[in-house]
Amino acid sequence: MNRLMDLSSLQLAQKLHNKEIGVVEATKEMLNAIEHSKALNIAITVCEKEALAQAEKVQKRIDKGEIASPLAGVPMAIKDNICTKGINTTCGSKMLYNFKPPYNATAANKLEQADTILCAKMNMDEFAMGSTTETSYFGQVKNPWNIEYVPGGSSGGSAAAVAARSAFFTLGSDTGGSIRQPCSFCGVTGIKPTYGRVSRYGLIAYGSSLDQIGPIARTAEDVAAVLDIIAGYDKADSTSLNQSAGGYLAALKGDVKGLKIGIPKEYFTTGLDEEVKQSVLSAAKELESMGAILEEFSLPMTEYAIPAYYIIASAEASSNLSRYDGIKYGYRPEKSEDLLDLYLKARSEGFGREVKRRIMLGAFALSSGYYDAYYKKALQTKALIKKAFDDAFNKYDIILSPTAPTAALKLGESLDDPLKMYLGDIYTVSVNLAGLPALAAPCGFTKSGLPIGMQFIGKPLSENVLLNTAFAYQQKTNFHTMAPKEAVK
Amino acid sequence: MNYEVVIGLEVHVELATASKIFCGCTTAFGGEPNTHCCPVCTGMPGTLPVLNKMAVEYTIAAGLATNCNITRNCQFDRKNYFYPDLPKAYQVSQLYLPICTDGHIEIDVDGVKKTINIREIHMEEDAGKLIHDPWADATLVDYNRCGVPLIEIVSQPDMRSAKEVLTYLQELKSRLEYLGVSDCKMQEGSMRADVNVSVNPVGAKEFGTRTEMKNMNSFKAIARAIEFESKRQMELLDEGKRVVQQTRRWDDNKGVSLAMRSKENAQDYRYFPEPDLTPICISQEWIDRILSQQPELPEQKRLRYISEYSLPQYDTNIITTYKALADLFEETVALTAMPKEVSNWIMGDLMKALNDSEKQPEDIDFSAKNLAKLIKLVDKGAINRNIAKKVFLEIFEKNIDPEQYVQEHGLQMVNDTSEVKAVIETILANNPQSVADFKSGKEKAFGFLVGQAMRELRGKADPALVNQLLKDLLK
Repeated sequence: MNRLMDLSSLQLAQKLHNKEIGVVEATKEMLNAIEHSKALNIAITVCEKEALAQAEKVQKRIDKGEIASPLAGVPMAIKDNICTKGINTTCGSKMLYNFKPPYNATAANKLEQADTILCAKMNMDEFAMGSTTETSYFGQVKNPWNIEYVPGGSSGGSAAAVAARSAFFTLGSDTGGSIRQPCSFCGVTGIKPTYGRVSRYGLIAYGSSLDQIGPIARTAEDVAAVLDIIAGYDKADSTSLNQSAGGYLAALKGDVKGLKIGIPKEYFTTGLDEEVKQSVLSAAKELESMGAILEEFSLPMTEYAIPAYYIIASAEASSNLSRYDGIKYGYRPEKSEDLLDLYLKARSEGFGREVKRRIMLGAFALSSGYYDAYYKKALQTKALIKKAFDDAFNKYDIILSPTAPTAALKLGESLDDPLKMYLGDIYTVSVNLAGLPALAAPCGFTKSGLPIGMQFIGKPLSENVLLNTAFAYQQKTNFHTMAPKEAVK
Repeated sequence: MNYEVVIGLEVHVELATASKIFCGCTTAFGGEPNTHCCPVCTGMPGTLPVLNKMAVEYTIAAGLATNCNITRNCQFDRKNYFYPDLPKAYQVSQLYLPICTDGHIEIDVDGVKKTINIREIHMEEDAGKLIHDPWADATLVDYNRCGVPLIEIVSQPDMRSAKEVLTYLQELKSRLEYLGVSDCKMQEGSMRADVNVSVNPVGAKEFGTRTEMKNMNSFKAIARAIEFESKRQMELLDEGKRVVQQTRRWDDNKGVSLAMRSKENAQDYRYFPEPDLTPICISQEWIDRILSQQPELPEQKRLRYISEYSLPQYDTNIITTYKALADLFEETVALTAMPKEVSNWIMGDLMKALNDSEKQPEDIDFSAKNLAKLIKLVDKGAINRNIAKKVFLEIFEKNIDPEQYVQEHGLQMVNDTSEVKAVIETILANNPQSVADFKSGKEKAFGFLVGQAMRELRGKADPALVNQLLKDLLK
């Protein structure tokens, strides 16, 4: 059993700051752990040299008593759609297989300034389009609990790494559930912050109005500590919120007495796996036993979330991904006859099937004569969904639901049935459409031993409430401490 | 058949902000290729735009100066199309909620006043430039222009002749120059126009099918293009053919317009609201502040020049139309308090010098101080008018200090009567034939003798004095 990798980020930080362990040693441990879990295919790029150099620098600062953050010295990994200066950022695509950004994403920069150590860039669904991490050009990621199953997606590498004890914490991104759903499938904790809470500067865009970066870790405390570092206003992102952030870790009290939890009927009907349903409902009971007040309610508009989401996200994606034309960076076909031929070859050869499917869907939804019927209607639906949540939050502090209708699916099961995959996003996409924060945390296991996750949805900027609820729950339960046997070396 | 020509313009104007519309890069013209760039304006994956507030402020000022309504909550939209000079493959522009709408300006063509309506003004970013390298047989991209802020001023199809178009353009140009929102240098492309032309039989209820000529950047070319294109359309109609709605390219060397693409092949730009920018909320206070800082515009200046300086209408119109001329006029008047004299120099010698050197008023690069000194030298009688005209050309060309120049070249007026008298006496003695001619009634001989005397005096004498003395001595 690898004791060091079993530590939470905050536990490790304490040992680093007490000088029980060296930063270089911890970094090497994590690099080794990534190497050992190679079969899971969690990482696209491992930046060993840079990580060790940074570790040495940070150790010197710790030696001088300069501790930049509560997580100073902790090694970590970042999803491969978040730009890291000079380090390949591929988005899991052939199109960007060799792309070295000339700048750091704001979130990556903040983690660097907090003296955490970047060890690897994590595998993901190509351009974050997918819920299984099977669409990556760099191969599918496997679920550490059972390698015949998917880890979820699109932040599959980031979630699987944390579950496999190959990373202390990671960053993911969430456009329609891409942090929460893999957290659920892998039995780890992650948060999609309020839209605008974490700067999107340097996050390679999929659906700009929905994308958010968020942390993935093994405990609510770790997630809070990372969010403390990355959250906040950024003048480089006009959509970031100019309101005070932070204090998430400090706000964890572990008390849910009087917390009003709404349980939306529409999220517990057909399509929801019985095991998942029972786990989530027992988590609700657990919270009730701790003093929370449960109430079932009706959340209208739920059925329209998936079509609205796929129109908006695909429309934005069709525009966001137009810049990949084989001219400026990334994949370029060897020979082309003329400009059109270059475009056609670069984009036909550089993008995978799912990406092409969504670009076509989005371009269609935006095309002249269809804009009003699709895109505009989807925006109106988005506004109505937001209103339905606003109404619910007049009565409740948080909404509790499953994260996904099922536990992890078998590899290959949904690849040829995109509609089935899209329907798996039913509980997560509304949150992005409404711009709300939502946290996913483990709440049980299926009989076959796969993790089950629940989701807490909150009012805008109520990350502290969500984190505190998860923290309270984790004080009383131990689902979040379970480690997959496969990964325990 | 008699036709009516109908013209509408889309005028693109580069704003005079120091930095680009969505990043901090310089907007300076020229520069080594790809040196005025950053990850944002080259559309690197993951980058986001941040709106330059000054660009919005300049656009509001332009909107107010053209009597537009300011859209209090406007937004940007993406215009999607593939081209290598557009690194994001979309241009951030405004379609659904442009910042200014429903404006108008009044133009005066040969004394007839007419209102030209402005449909909208919207903001957008410029694209880069493709350069073909014939040696390598390769096309290279320069992104320096990417993200330079532009406004597009879209008129209604209210113009009926090339003359109206040029007057409208000149009026727009001078307002924008006065506001300081653009330098409007057409040769550098900071002002260019797309010209929409159609023709219809006089009295017809509907406009004819229009064609569009893009990116016209000289007044002369625009006038020629309108003449050519309207004639081409009239001939088609006369032959019973149809005008095809299309984009045409004006070839100024050949003096013809050529079809580029027709409406059937028009691109679908898949416009949608730009999700990376929040809507722009424009407060009444902001508008009021911009209004209060608005400089005097040409129409206000015209009234003032006439009432304050009693300048003739014609001179006033010319001087106020060009900001460079109005600035020169006002500064020189401030230094001399001789408005009529200053106006005469501008309307006479300066306009001639500009014409002769094929320069525009904005190319003037001498100081008002030197023109003022020149006017004072003349006023004091220190130099005569002929000498002053020559000194003016030196000022125009080299911005010399006239006082110093006159000193160094010994051009002061000779006011010593005895010296002038002595010269005239010598001239008379050396030209007995002319003296005889004059006395026998040949007036021409007098002019010849004046000329001889002035030449001897190297032009520096007061011509009135020479005339007087010569008359006296010939008596």
